[in-house]
Amino acid sequence: MKRLTSHRLFWPLVTLVLLLAINASFNPGFWQLRWRDGHLYGSIIDILNRAAPLAIVSLGMTLVIATRGIDISVGAVVAISAAVAAWMIGGQLVMQDGAPVYLSRFPMGLALACAMGVALLCGLWNGVLVAGAGIQPIIATLILMVAGRGVAQLVTGGQIITVYYPPFFFLGGGFLFGLPFALFVVAAIWLVLQLALTRTALGLFIQAIGVNPAAARLAGVRQRLITVCVYGFCGLAAGVAGLLLSSNVKSADGNNAGQLMELDAILAVTLGGTLLTGGRFTLAGSVIGALIIQTLTSTIYSIGVPPEVNLVVKAAVVFVVMLLQSPDFRTWLRSIAVRPAARSAA
Amino acid sequence: MTAASSANPVVLQLTGIGKRFGPVQALRNVNLTLRAGEVHALMGQNGAGKSTLIKVLTGVYPVDAGEMLLGDTPVAAATPRDAQTLGINTVYQEVNLCPNLSVAENIFAGHYPRHGAKGAWRIAWRRMQDDARALLARLNLDIDVSRVLGSFPVAVQQMVAIARSLHGESKVLILDEPTSSLDRDEVARLFGVLRQLRAQGLAILFVSHFLDEVYELADRITVLRNGEYVGEYLPADLDAPALISAMIGRAFTASTGAVRAGAAPNTVEPLLSARGLGRKGAVQPLDLDLRPGEVLGLAGLLGSGRTELARLLFGLDKADSGTLKLRGETLALSSPTQAVRHGLAMCPEDRKAEGIVADLSIRENIALALQARLGIWRCLGTRRQQVLADKFIQQLGIKAADAEMPIGQLSGGNQQKALLARWLATEPALLILDEPTRGIDVAAKQDIMDKIRMLAAEGLAVLFISAELDEISRLSDRIAVMRDRRKAGELPGGSSEVAIADMIAGVPA
Repeated sequence: MKRLTSHRLFWPLVTLVLLLAINASFNPGFWQLRWRDGHLYGSIIDILNRAAPLAIVSLGMTLVIATRGIDISVGAVVAISAAVAAWMIGGQLVMQDGAPVYLSRFPMGLALACAMGVALLCGLWNGVLVAGAGIQPIIATLILMVAGRGVAQLVTGGQIITVYYPPFFFLGGGFLFGLPFALFVVAAIWLVLQLALTRTALGLFIQAIGVNPAAARLAGVRQRLITVCVYGFCGLAAGVAGLLLSSNVKSADGNNAGQLMELDAILAVTLGGTLLTGGRFTLAGSVIGALIIQTLTSTIYSIGVPPEVNLVVKAAVVFVVMLLQSPDFRTWLRSIAVRPAARSAA
Repeated sequence: MTAASSANPVVLQLTGIGKRFGPVQALRNVNLTLRAGEVHALMGQNGAGKSTLIKVLTGVYPVDAGEMLLGDTPVAAATPRDAQTLGINTVYQEVNLCPNLSVAENIFAGHYPRHGAKGAWRIAWRRMQDDARALLARLNLDIDVSRVLGSFPVAVQQMVAIARSLHGESKVLILDEPTSSLDRDEVARLFGVLRQLRAQGLAILFVSHFLDEVYELADRITVLRNGEYVGEYLPADLDAPALISAMIGRAFTASTGAVRAGAAPNTVEPLLSARGLGRKGAVQPLDLDLRPGEVLGLAGLLGSGRTELARLLFGLDKADSGTLKLRGETLALSSPTQAVRHGLAMCPEDRKAEGIVADLSIRENIALALQARLGIWRCLGTRRQQVLADKFIQQLGIKAADAEMPIGQLSGGNQQKALLARWLATEPALLILDEPTRGIDVAAKQDIMDKIRMLAAEGLAVLFISAELDEISRLSDRIAVMRDRRKAGELPGGSSEVAIADMIAGVPA
């Protein structure tokens, strides 16, 4: 039991299960899964699907935080990637030989590659500012957080670009083997990352850099290069999330896509049990963190909290969850829970 | 031992000063007498209590015991501001001024001259600049006081810091290692200013690690050792070797104990040879050869350029002059990664800041450098790391429950052994050890020194840096001595501590 509760994923999982249980008690059909048209439907599937972009961003953010950094530009990068993809695909319906055919402005593969390429560049830019120029991560990424929105709006021309090209909708709305395609994207990224961290020395290097950058550098670790790459990956992950989001809503809004997502991602990483001070990290924890946030959002809607107070409710729940995850708070709670018992025994 | 009574009036007298931090007695029964119109040097090794004494003097720390007389009134400065009001001013090692403000603003920060009878009106800019100019003129400095301080070189900034402490009723000026970031000409200029201030009747307390500076400037020397008062001397009565032995606490009469028998001069082709290697402000260009199977001891006082030289050899800092050859081939190191690839290894001076990765396990810490040498793709699995860690834990006698313990929880000596293991795992050709025995217990010290000898016998080239002359003398096959950021010379292995101390002090043999 002691070993179970001391596992680093224990408290995040408890929180998630608790939230799911609350959901289920308000909504009896919560656990139900229905098979329709070869797809699986249900609240759980819905939560998983909606959590996918945040989970992907959180995976990238986890690595950045593990190196003692932070990237608050991911929301803007999400918007840039969405805008680039939406603009390059565009799409229109034309009649060819009497049959309706959808045409994209550029081939879809190229559009996706460009969107991800731009996102990667954004990440590398952040990395160079942090590791090359030695700017504090929060300031370095603040630049792109502000400027990135402008870039996204430049691409969209200040408008919401609507995409009319059905093949693109598959990314964020399609199903594969009965499950949402986005889940496979999350799984693939997670798997690749897990392999990179365990089959190469990347995991050890990132942790060493996070705990003591000077010592890591002195031991011969290419601290700067790795830091730049980690920020690059974080940007790329945000780009992929942007594709999923814009595909899901079939449009790109330079102003609002991925709005405040950086904060949700940082929250997800923290909820998952990775410390903002760097070093030890957990990918699974961050995915659980993303699920907690999405479940919370769904719960607030499903139990009928009025929209005008839902931010307050969300904040309150996050506050309680953070308290529960704090070892100091739990020790304190235990001490006041135990004391009356000891007194009555005496 | 005490200097003869002097004509100069005593300005500040401290007697029996004691200061304790928790269980550590930082100062015990320390005396200090500052006289008007004299430069007084405060000497001692690292940790001797110089900084603590200054902080007590200036009201940063409250004093536990003893008496402080200013003129003939007992005083106790409770805050640095009190001390300034009393006329005791300090210029710290790092110039702590605001580089973004103008020179005049820096000089008068906190007490800008104001218009109006009671100084409640707006700031009198014109008067402030005039006063600033007048103060700097006392230091023979004629600069545009309305310019931003950061646009001036460090030496000028230091003058400004001194000027700042001169305004008002200044009686005592304390300078904590003022020359550590200045070059030769700037030092000469600073000394000119200090002599002038001395002539104006100021009492100056001067802390420096450079012995020649002390002899050049000081009228009196007070030596501290391990928080205790050793004595007050006149420079004429205390030559450099005597001063060093007063600081270190041992008289160098004859060679002590187990000095290595004078090893035959090593004629093996050098593994690493530096020619004219230097870096501005850190190490003056010097030549150095490191040979396989040889321990080269590097001696010198703190700030003499020992660590800076090690950092150059390892590629941590970039050399701006000279060449470095490894096995006869030119080596241009721009990062430790390259150094590690070429088989160099370095245990840094500051174990906590640059050595251990505290939150990671002993296993991961030991594997780190080897993994860095192998590169990111050839990953050592957990099992191979485990084997490696267990091997070295046993071989070096690291005392730990198991290899999964975070290294931060080990004692200093065991951390140092683990760091040694980290580098031995890479099977290096050259091992640079910067103060490997500092702050660790005697047994671990002996273990590490035995291990170094063993490694050298196996053909490793070792550069052993230490402030402990007996360690240098006992361990080294050859000794290089650093003084004032340049190489003072080399001594054969087995040289006595006296000989090393003489060379450190610059006394001709």
